[in-house]
Amino acid sequence: MNDLSRPDALLPLRVSALGFRHRGQSLLDGVEFTLGPVGRTILLGPNGAGKSLLMRLCHGLLTPTSGRIDWSLGGASVAFLRRRQAMVFQRPVLLRRGALANVRHALSLQGVGRAEGKRRAEDALERFGLSPLARRPARVLSGGEQQRLALARAWALRPEILFLDEPTSALDPAATKSVEDAVLDFHRAGTRVVMSTHDLGQARRLADDVLFLCGGRLLEQTPATTFFEQPQSPEAAAFLRGDLVW
Amino acid sequence: MAAGNPFAIALELILERDPVLLGIVGLSLQVSLTAVAIAALLGLPLGAAIALFRFPGRGIAVAGLNALMGLPPVVAGLMVYLLLSRAGPLGSWGLLFTPTAMVIAQTLLVLPIIAALSRQVVEDLWEEYREQLQSLGSSRLRAIPTLLWDARFSLVTGVLAGFGRASAEVGAVLIVGGNIDGVTRVMTTAIALETSRGDLPLALALGIVLLLLVMLVNATAYLIGEQAKRRLG
Repeated sequence: MNDLSRPDALLPLRVSALGFRHRGQSLLDGVEFTLGPVGRTILLGPNGAGKSLLMRLCHGLLTPTSGRIDWSLGGASVAFLRRRQAMVFQRPVLLRRGALANVRHALSLQGVGRAEGKRRAEDALERFGLSPLARRPARVLSGGEQQRLALARAWALRPEILFLDEPTSALDPAATKSVEDAVLDFHRAGTRVVMSTHDLGQARRLADDVLFLCGGRLLEQTPATTFFEQPQSPEAAAFLRGDLVW
Repeated sequence: MAAGNPFAIALELILERDPVLLGIVGLSLQVSLTAVAIAALLGLPLGAAIALFRFPGRGIAVAGLNALMGLPPVVAGLMVYLLLSRAGPLGSWGLLFTPTAMVIAQTLLVLPIIAALSRQVVEDLWEEYREQLQSLGSSRLRAIPTLLWDARFSLVTGVLAGFGRASAEVGAVLIVGGNIDGVTRVMTTAIALETSRGDLPLALALGIVLLLLVMLVNATAYLIGEQAKRRLG
């Protein structure tokens, strides 16, 4: 996964003066930050702060209306850059076919050959405890199993950076735990993790640093311990106390 | 003609597998199935492409496709007739009054139904899948087979509806086929002819077979849909 010595490494990611407007409304404005090659960044902020939007912009699913998103690897096409990233959504979208076939489909989209794809897909299912469900139609798996399958699919792609958009918001505690374990697995394997959540306990468990968004602006990029002990902005302090902020 | 209850004679024709009856049913199936197969082969990817790509005139294409679903069979027949008649642009092919001409006319009737349904189903599915597929690196072109496969159960229903339309229409095949005994006579044209000639038993026998066929097709479509919902979610 990440290898700092690689001349074509994707990271660091530099985001500068990033803005996004939709139907005349500014949803994200003047966002600036840099993501280094290692670590787990947690995006925090109230609903509508722009967390999902920011990840979609970085992942290349949306085009910014102003500002820049620069990967270390300059000049490469959006499609090429996206192949080295993966994203897990709040509600996983799985195809109407078996669990294993879902992972293999993703690999074939990235041009991985059949034999290699089969091996990598089986390895990924194995790692996430899904091997017994390999032939089961993905759409009839439980919510937790579906999210695990989405993680296994991302794992098989061997991304350098993984975006997770509130991946546990619809899950029970056991399934949430397995997603958090998976995030640790990705982290240990050297994948850069960027994740949004509304669960402050989860943020404390996982974060190396925190990006705090509020009203479409980035108010803090702070190491996790500092953020939770001494937030730098009054909005973040209020957010952590559980007050309403917007 | 034997006297007696036309219903009884009709059933007898079916049970005895009357060769004339079988020939007509066989040709009907051959023409309609071929037409539906060609229409599906062209219409499914066509509908999916219209669903996924933005191009000038797309709105007109969608509206036109939806309008063509209601194309009257006699008009389709007339168009193909003009194309294939001796004086027409394709007259030299000598296809008029052959089963091939009937296949062309029915393909024209079924294609809009399949393409319009494919467009609708694939567009809805793309709405749901777009972010995920783009995240995985799928281009729109590459998404077409993925989406068609995932929509397969809805699409089968549309293809069967297309078969229903092809096998039940009479206007198009009558005009371009000519209802020639043993050559281009299919169930619907035979029913029309035999009824007007007063041979009710044969007309009734064909009507019963046609009715059973259409019911079978609809029941199959329903069962496939239910089965898919239960098994694949």
